Amino acid sequence: MKILEDLGRFILLIKHGLVRPPNWRMYGRELVRQMYDIGNGSLLIIILIAIFIGAVTAVQFLYQLGNTLIPTWYIGYIVRDSTIIELAPTISSLVLAGKVGSNMASEIGGMRQKEHIDAMEVMGVNTPSYLVLPKILAGVLVIPLLVIVAAFVSIIGGYLASVGGGFMTTEEYVRGLRAFFLPYNLWMMLVKAGVFSFILTSVACYQGYFVKGGSVELGKASTNAVVISNILILVSDYLIALLFTT
Amino acid sequence: MILAKQVTKSFGDQRVINDITIEFETGKTNLVIGRSGSGKTVLLKMLVGLITPDAGQILYDGEDFYALGKKELQSLRMRVGMLFQGSALFDSMTVEANVGFPLEMFTHNTKAEKLKRINYCLERVGLSGNNKKYPSEVSGGMQKRVGIARAIVLNPRYLFCDEPNSGLDPTTSLLIDELIHDITVENNITTIINTHDMNSVMEFGETVSFLNQGKLAWRGSKNDILKSKNEDLHDFIFASPFIQKLLDEANITMP
Repeated sequence: MKILEDLGRFILLIKHGLVRPPNWRMYGRELVRQMYDIGNGSLLIIILIAIFIGAVTAVQFLYQLGNTLIPTWYIGYIVRDSTIIELAPTISSLVLAGKVGSNMASEIGGMRQKEHIDAMEVMGVNTPSYLVLPKILAGVLVIPLLVIVAAFVSIIGGYLASVGGGFMTTEEYVRGLRAFFLPYNLWMMLVKAGVFSFILTSVACYQGYFVKGGSVELGKASTNAVVISNILILVSDYLIALLFTT
Repeated sequence: MILAKQVTKSFGDQRVINDITIEFETGKTNLVIGRSGSGKTVLLKMLVGLITPDAGQILYDGEDFYALGKKELQSLRMRVGMLFQGSALFDSMTVEANVGFPLEMFTHNTKAEKLKRINYCLERVGLSGNNKKYPSEVSGGMQKRVGIARAIVLNPRYLFCDEPNSGLDPTTSLLIDELIHDITVENNITTIINTHDMNSVMEFGETVSFLNQGKLAWRGSKNDILKSKNEDLHDFIFASPFIQKLLDEANITMP
């Protein structure tokens, strides 16, 4: 019953937010601020994580394919596809759920506790529209861009580990990168990034918006935002994979 | 004039507001007093639409708040100002941005016009020159005044204040009370104040409503309050040992 109640409140929150803003300029400014915070604040961590994802994928597969008849240049192909299809969107989103999601839940939850949301409501501000929608929209616009960066950097990470580590030549790695390329996989990556970013931002906003109590409850809401987002991201990852590959 | 008509609210099995009818008069500071948990804050939140009553009506000059359409409600809300107990100032914004927030959101005035109005409101509450300070950089009393400036920036017809004196020293409390009273009279607005502060009651209580256990237990003015024979009201007013001591020393016996 609690899940159904939460789902109902979540849908109503989104529905109430979908109204024409009284002042486009203020909403636009808020959207740009959120986009900047998400993009600028997360770029470094995404690059760091992506470079190691690519490097570890390359080293791991070099080890696994070491004594087989599969040619070494397949590493480029494996790094590219595993990164694009799975690792860049999923790992990036899981990390961003922790960073961006918990931040959003705390920000909105803090506003709820300090009566900022009540103050806005009394003024006549549609708070789901002004506080929640720009965050979700900013996430859906910026996180796929971060995922594209992550995929690109991962491939560089794979290159550094495999070619820089002396396991193969640049030509071999590039040959693998160019082999069996399906542009369709890029769409799959973008769809995943879009869905995951919606999940992580909207769940975080929901948890923050309806927080009750004090700092302990705010901490719990922030944790819930991360845990629930992560679970939903993994479930939807599976469903998208089923939908796009079978 | 605001009329709360046969308003009732329960949370679970607990009835917090029980069939209350109160008329809040225009141009007066209407005080609502009562112990903690008596239902004052719930009543105030129902009056401004933050909590929906289970039954009854809230009428703003005859308009039923909870029966209004979206546009009418928006228009009414722009005529409402509220000072929160904790001031509810936006921490990441300057004093100027806080006061100007409703103007930014709901008006299409030029930057100069907005600044003029902000400066007028800040001057009105005695905070000229503090535009660029952040809420954390000003005192509790100043935060309350910024809250008042924000509440009046759109020229409201109705002003709500939830415990405006909480956490303030007696002198600052008096300043805040005077400010709210003066603004009420100058602009002929309907002001409703939730308070525990008996100084406020005795100074500005033109109409006083005493809530007890979710019911309207007594209603009158500051002049009637000491003559009242309502036991709950007496217990509430004379709960302070300080006042008791003063009365004892002055050898005054209450009815």
